Amino acid sequence: MSALLPMRASGVCVHRRGKRLIGPVDLVLDGQGITALIGPNGAGKSTLLKALHGLERLSAGRIDWACPQHEAQQMQAFVFQTPVMLRRSVLDNLMYPLRLARTPRAAARAAAAQWCARIGLEGMEGRLATVLSGGERQKLALARALITSPKLLFLDEPSASLDGSATREIEAILTLATGAGTRIVMATHDMGQARRLAREVVFLRRGEVHEAAPAATFFDAPATRAAAAFLAGDIVD
Amino acid sequence: MNDLLDGLTQAAWLVISLNPDLYEIAARSLRVTLAALVIACAIALPLSALLAVQRFRFRRATIAVLNALMGLPPVVVGLVVYVFLSRSGPLGVLGLLFTPTAMVIAQVIIIVPLIASIAHQSLRELWAEYHDLLISMNAGRAQRIATLLWDGRRALLTAALAGFGRGVGEVGAIMVVGGNIDHATRVMTTAIALETGKGNFALALGLGFVLIALSVMVNLAIHWLSRTETGGRW
Repeated sequence: MSALLPMRASGVCVHRRGKRLIGPVDLVLDGQGITALIGPNGAGKSTLLKALHGLERLSAGRIDWACPQHEAQQMQAFVFQTPVMLRRSVLDNLMYPLRLARTPRAAARAAAAQWCARIGLEGMEGRLATVLSGGERQKLALARALITSPKLLFLDEPSASLDGSATREIEAILTLATGAGTRIVMATHDMGQARRLAREVVFLRRGEVHEAAPAATFFDAPATRAAAAFLAGDIVD
Repeated sequence: MNDLLDGLTQAAWLVISLNPDLYEIAARSLRVTLAALVIACAIALPLSALLAVQRFRFRRATIAVLNALMGLPPVVVGLVVYVFLSRSGPLGVLGLLFTPTAMVIAQVIIIVPLIASIAHQSLRELWAEYHDLLISMNAGRAQRIATLLWDGRRALLTAALAGFGRGVGEVGAIMVVGGNIDHATRVMTTAIALETGKGNFALALGLGFVLIALSVMVNLAIHWLSRTETGGRW
């Protein structure tokens, strides 16, 4: 499989009903680790993630991958803010992306069972995914996204409304995934989480990239006033 | 009131005495409607899923037409099928008029729009839920349709049962294309119409109660079957 990164987004704009949601955004994605996408509500974090993943129609600009577009699509995965549970059993949910890629049933089942144990859902394989708790859903969605070993994983608020222990479990899985070579871009509201995980930070404001820097630099000495105010806990819009 | 009581007695008597005529026409009713149901589902369910996942030029128009066709008058459908299948019609050489096959054809035309409409309503909601995920996972069109049909199977069952209900109780179309010929195309509904016409209200009512019981039993049987299949979940 060819390389996916670097990704270059240039002049990306998304408009909906004549309103500008994001843009113009220029962004380069390369290297390893986790990029945290932070910013106030309505800054366009989710829209940018979806646009990069190809779920939003761009009204301007372009996104270039190191490989052809259709190959790039297959090396990415996305976990939505409210995890979408297929109305099937936990095991069938995990098998689903593998079965889409025409992995033989037995192999898919084995991989799914393995992931099930890895995310602490062993014994629940046969349970219907739609009756799981919030934390279990989020873990299941994460495992389902990682089961195809994507090169790039987008996460939209992976631990919103989860408690401490569930967040810790999610973060452990993410650390494991980056160790296995998955590049991660995550939108988060949790500054502690961004500090713990991120190698790089992109601060989004009013649909534009206001500041992008390595995590250490950004958290110690933000270059812009808005970023400093945001980190200090002031209300930034 | 006496007619109703007589009807109930008649119904019970017909069933208990193993009346051969009753069992023959009940079996034919079931055979015709179940055949029509299977064919109609094979057409309507994939169609409804396609309408949910695919954006094309006449999509809205197709959905509007399907919804309108739910109220198709059966007797008119029967008439059109009759014209097509009659000796001088375009399909006359097949010699299908006044056969159970002709009745199946008419019923398929009547229940396809009904099943497709009801199925589309629920699959549309399911698709709204799955849309982003399936696109993100690069599911192809056939895979999207298969996923919707499988995960929406409970709702599709309801659609199919509605189709069965309309088919088994339908009299106008099968009377026209089947002709209500004894031992050939007589089914429950046409027999009821005939007995009512002859003034045999008790027998007609008896047949009617048997028909209702039959319909309820089929519904229960399908629900029971589907529950064992999904292991009693949902």
